[in-house]
Amino acid sequence: MITGIDRINNSFKTLGEKGEKGLITYVTAGFPSAEHTLEITRELARHSDLIEIGIPFSDPVADGPVIQNSSYRALAGGIKLSGIFNLAEKIRGGTDLPLLFMTYYNPVMRYGIENFVRNSRDSGVDGLIVPDLPVEEDHILRECAVSCGLSLVPLAAPTSTDDRISKIAARSDSFIYCVSVTGVTGSGKEIGDLKTFSDRVRKKTSHPLAVGFGISGPAVACRSAAHFDAVVVGSAIVKAVDAGGGLPVIVERVGRLAGGIKDALRNGCDAGE
Amino acid sequence: MSTLMPDSRGYFGDYGGRFVPETLMPALEELDESYQKAVKDPSFVREFQFLLSKYVGRPSVLYFAERLSQHCKGARIYLKREDLNHTGAHKINNTLGQILLAGRMNKKRIIAETGAGQHGVATATAAALFNLECAVYMGEEDIARQSLNVFRMKILGAEVVPVSSGSKTLKDAMNEAMRDWVANVENTYYLVGSVAGPHPYPVMVRDFQRVIGDETRGQIIELEGRLPDCIVACVGGGSNAMGMFYPFIGDSVKLVGVEAAGHGIKTGKHAATLSAGAPGVLHGSLSYVLQDEDGQIQLAHSISAGLDYPGVGPEHSYLKDTGRVHYTSVTDTEALEAFNLLCRTEGIIPALESSHALAEAVKIAGGMDSSGIVVVNLSGRGDKDVETVAGVQGVKL
Repeated sequence: MITGIDRINNSFKTLGEKGEKGLITYVTAGFPSAEHTLEITRELARHSDLIEIGIPFSDPVADGPVIQNSSYRALAGGIKLSGIFNLAEKIRGGTDLPLLFMTYYNPVMRYGIENFVRNSRDSGVDGLIVPDLPVEEDHILRECAVSCGLSLVPLAAPTSTDDRISKIAARSDSFIYCVSVTGVTGSGKEIGDLKTFSDRVRKKTSHPLAVGFGISGPAVACRSAAHFDAVVVGSAIVKAVDAGGGLPVIVERVGRLAGGIKDALRNGCDAGE
Repeated sequence: MSTLMPDSRGYFGDYGGRFVPETLMPALEELDESYQKAVKDPSFVREFQFLLSKYVGRPSVLYFAERLSQHCKGARIYLKREDLNHTGAHKINNTLGQILLAGRMNKKRIIAETGAGQHGVATATAAALFNLECAVYMGEEDIARQSLNVFRMKILGAEVVPVSSGSKTLKDAMNEAMRDWVANVENTYYLVGSVAGPHPYPVMVRDFQRVIGDETRGQIIELEGRLPDCIVACVGGGSNAMGMFYPFIGDSVKLVGVEAAGHGIKTGKHAATLSAGAPGVLHGSLSYVLQDEDGQIQLAHSISAGLDYPGVGPEHSYLKDTGRVHYTSVTDTEALEAFNLLCRTEGIIPALESSHALAEAVKIAGGMDSSGIVVVNLSGRGDKDVETVAGVQGVKL
């Protein structure tokens, strides 16, 4: 039986063999409704290599206004953890892509760490990203995740010291999520010296590196992908979801955005980018 | 026991720690190192004490509230007059300590969150004194009910940044300040106002506030020749209570923390985190939190903006679980009664926050005989709340 960790690693392996950069897309579960999320992820699956399903939290300190707002509205719409596990199961029913939950530590703790991890696995989820859980605090969740074959993806930041990067790298069992800017998601801040950052992380690990926070379209994606193995696109997709119209219009718009980025990544991000 | 708290990871028993984005972890490590170095440096300690004495006006008096005591027909009630500090509350003790630290760390920009505005005013004051740029995050809801303090901050040269996300109160202001810090961590110092947040804030703020308890100990021994039977303080995030309680942890003095019960705990509209919450992670530390069954943070409610917070400092959670401190709660109505009572009996207008502690102290003192001694931490003055109280009485100012 293939574990979540295997599924994520296989995905990166395939990308490596093709010499292609990966696209990781993010959606906020339940925004604007669970039905929307299901259709949107179905479309995203056509263009992505991994999909992140955001579990909304009332106090998302690592997120900028776009994802915050989508989280509040999803919660106001009544989405619950039980509904999100259901949703993940339905998404899994339509795709073999690796699926990751992205959320904050409090909902995980409150649900019961073991239960949360087991239900995630049973819903077909392969990994977890918890941005407010630094390596010093992650042992309980990590132990549970490993025992269920799930990857707890660690995050590295440009401010991380070499010492910290070593600790972060030592915990990776799939890929490392590199935060491209010092800032929150979707901040649109100028992306710093990504090469120096990726070099520092690569010195400590042979695992693939994904880069995220502030990747809004094909051009930025290409610039970022030059030094990483995959890019994460979150706020830009949520914005596309929020730009109005009925479900088909939204799905079409999201597909165009993700497709455009994946095409650019696939074509090697040639001159002009 | 408690003198060894927190451990090197910032834990008070099961509570505390650091739950923040990786971007901030190096900054917290640096802050911890700088703080450890500073408190061992006699020149830092001297400078801090100089400011407390010559700028804040410490020691604040311990005042025997004779008419209030007579009204209660019980124990002798003493008030620790933190309301007499420069800027009108205990908050200034901590902001001066931290601003000195920010200076040592070469940070040119100060950010802070504020609920009632007292911490914002104290931060703006310290930033003005040290010629530092200052931005204070404040929920739109709080801006509306604390307009006086908003204008005070502006007069002092701070930028007040309205926060419109979530509940538009203190918790959201803290979220927004953390986001600012994540984005500007290289040049910015985040001056947390309570014993909450990631390590080392809870221990640092407690240590900067313990002057309240240290002074009280000396003063009550001088006045009464013994320690009090009971000490009462209000608890929102919990900095005035922690500063008052800490020096008495090892004694047999009864310590009582009073949370805001708002409309009553049963109504769900309250801010009694320790009484009605459950352990969780909010704003960077593990502590009691008001939350629903899915782990979503619930909105707090209190007539007092300074107590209107769904979290609490981790050391309070520890002291609750060990039973060393007794935590209880007082409703909006009871706090308002105590507010009026102190105004009429002693000619002192207390902050609505401190009025919660007063309400409980009046109950406790009434059940004791005249040989008993109760100390209340009068953490702030009530000028800022006059508009709120007028509103409750249906008076338009």
